Amino acid sequence: MPDLGLEVLLKGKNMMRLIGGLGIALKISLISVVVSIPLGILLGALMTWKNPITKAILRLYLEFIRIMPQMVLLFLVYFGSTRAFGWDLSGETASIIVFILWGTAEMSDLVRGALSSIPKHQYESSEALGLSKVQTYLYIIIPQTLRRLIPLSINLITRMIKTTSLILMIGVVEVLKVAQQIIEANRMASPNAAFGIYLAVFLLYFLACWPISMLAKYLEKRWK
Amino acid sequence: MNWEFIMKYLPLYEKAAVLTVRIGLMGVVIAIIVGLICAAIQYYKVPVLKHIVGIYIELSRNTPLLVQLFFIYYGLPKVGIRTQADVCGVIGLAFLGGSYMAEAFRSGLEAIEPIQAESAMSLGMNRYQMMRYVILPQAMSISVPAFMANVIFLLKETSVFSAISLMDLMFTAKDLIGLYYKTTESLFLLVVFYLIILLPISILGSILERRLRYAGFGA
Amino acid sequence: MAEELLKIEHLTKKFEDNMILDDVSLTVHRGEVIVVVGPSGCGKSTMLRCINALEPIQGGTIEIDGQQISQKSKNLTELRQKVGMVFQSYELFPHLTVLNNILLAPTKVQKREKEEVKKEAMELLDRVGLKEKADSFPRQLSGGQKQRVAIVRALCMHPEILLFDEVTAALDPEMVREVLDVMLQLAQQGKTMVIVTHEMQFARAIADRVIFLEGGKIVEDADPDTFFDHPQTERAKQFLNVFTFENVKHKTAEEN
Repeated sequence: MPDLGLEVLLKGKNMMRLIGGLGIALKISLISVVVSIPLGILLGALMTWKNPITKAILRLYLEFIRIMPQMVLLFLVYFGSTRAFGWDLSGETASIIVFILWGTAEMSDLVRGALSSIPKHQYESSEALGLSKVQTYLYIIIPQTLRRLIPLSINLITRMIKTTSLILMIGVVEVLKVAQQIIEANRMASPNAAFGIYLAVFLLYFLACWPISMLAKYLEKRWK
Repeated sequence: MNWEFIMKYLPLYEKAAVLTVRIGLMGVVIAIIVGLICAAIQYYKVPVLKHIVGIYIELSRNTPLLVQLFFIYYGLPKVGIRTQADVCGVIGLAFLGGSYMAEAFRSGLEAIEPIQAESAMSLGMNRYQMMRYVILPQAMSISVPAFMANVIFLLKETSVFSAISLMDLMFTAKDLIGLYYKTTESLFLLVVFYLIILLPISILGSILERRLRYAGFGA
Repeated sequence: MAEELLKIEHLTKKFEDNMILDDVSLTVHRGEVIVVVGPSGCGKSTMLRCINALEPIQGGTIEIDGQQISQKSKNLTELRQKVGMVFQSYELFPHLTVLNNILLAPTKVQKREKEEVKKEAMELLDRVGLKEKADSFPRQLSGGQKQRVAIVRALCMHPEILLFDEVTAALDPEMVREVLDVMLQLAQQGKTMVIVTHEMQFARAIADRVIFLEGGKIVEDADPDTFFDHPQTERAKQFLNVFTFENVKHKTAEEN
């Protein structure tokens, strides 16, 4: 039976190289999430401001980022920045910039959604109890908002991780690129290795995202 | 901005956009069918099948489309399953979208209180009539916002098709950047074409959502 | 005595290990109005749901018009058409207008002529004072209006017997009356009804017989005057006491 990739996978450091590739993807998502969450919260809070100009600019930014495929954003930053500003961004830097821009937009939308889902009478009953504005937010609104927000932000992490697969297209060496290299290097010995290697990549992504999704689902159910 | 260049390569983008939309819509339609079947299996708790659907949904939702496509396009031929790039694109999109659609439909179905079904039954309706006249119409309209979001999400996802050498918008843009270094123009056209495809659907989606949220039935 | 329309014999209903209904037997004759009262959790609502086979039962039999009804009945949908049910939470179909709510089952289930049912529906709506609401959607109606529509919807199926499950419990006090008035009209027309309610004065006015249910058992079964004026059991007396208030202010004044 011809090797479908298992031998290649177990040969030398191939498995470790694949995991290392996933590590790069995870690193990029993690950095982006860590920056996006506070920025998103800030922006989401700014969105509740009444200033029409801030609001219009923010909206335009958010809508553009959210409607464009992340792939297009990657191209815009990676190729566009060289052209526009003469920067020579590495693929990795460009990815982090795009993921932060995108993550911030998504996060701010989640914050806005969570804030507006708190019924008005929650504010009123809190005021009726004599709590101050700050106390109302501190003890009533923020805890409830967080309960809705945390599962959604965790989901954002898995979306980030999945989206990192795209950075292959701007030349970052991540899992898929490593997979391609391994397949290429073993082309003669195991011409059918693509099956097993890509299956392994598929499963690696699944193993990275699934536990996080489960956690989000669990929290969502528990805090309903 | 070189307008001559833009006009010259406009037809190329048009062709690519048609390809993107065609494969995108075919994928979305099949995803809807897959989603309906999966949602029905989960709603009626069909033994064995519900577990298979459960595994499928987790696998599909927790892996990137690009990786799914690589496996289908480059991996499966090694075990004798060969698909053309455009068919592969449709299959990949349907595999990914089926689970998202299933979740949208399922949450719509689950949002209908069981007592609505009892009310229908107490009027002598059988299971089919109850589904057809009472449950489905309500569930569908509850699913609309999630459904529209999924359609937009799936059309956006088509942007990875160039990785399996489909000549879509991304492919065209990358090609032109590589060939002529007309980065600004190529990217400009790329953004414009995606806006033309996605903006109308996005606007339709928010109109529908607003109508459902603020008015509900009987506006 | 008129024919037996509903015959419950030795009905047992358990939920896991909890006994909800324990050997309940009850016969309702055509044209009779039965009111079921009892403390919360005594099994009144469950009994109504069993009559419509919305709940599986663990023992005993329920017969409608001589035919046994259970979730396993082959002709369950036909039997359910003989039983009209009105829920506490109305359960109108929110995506249909008032008129279409009423027309749905008669036209789709009974396959009757739409025009004929529509004529009847409009007459009934007129009688409950909601003719001009025919094209409204449920969400545009008040609770009392919704409940009257729900009653009309059940009536339009021409049921042999009507079940009312605490139909005024979710209503504002001023709307309770409009719904109860409709039910009084139905009783005058000789409809067979089983009513679960907490409105004691109404119960006394409408009932031919009052059933007092407690702990899943029928504790009393009497005509309303006997039940309300001379309850036989200690439990019924205690239960009825809950509904009377003593004038505390006045008393304090006297004591001083």
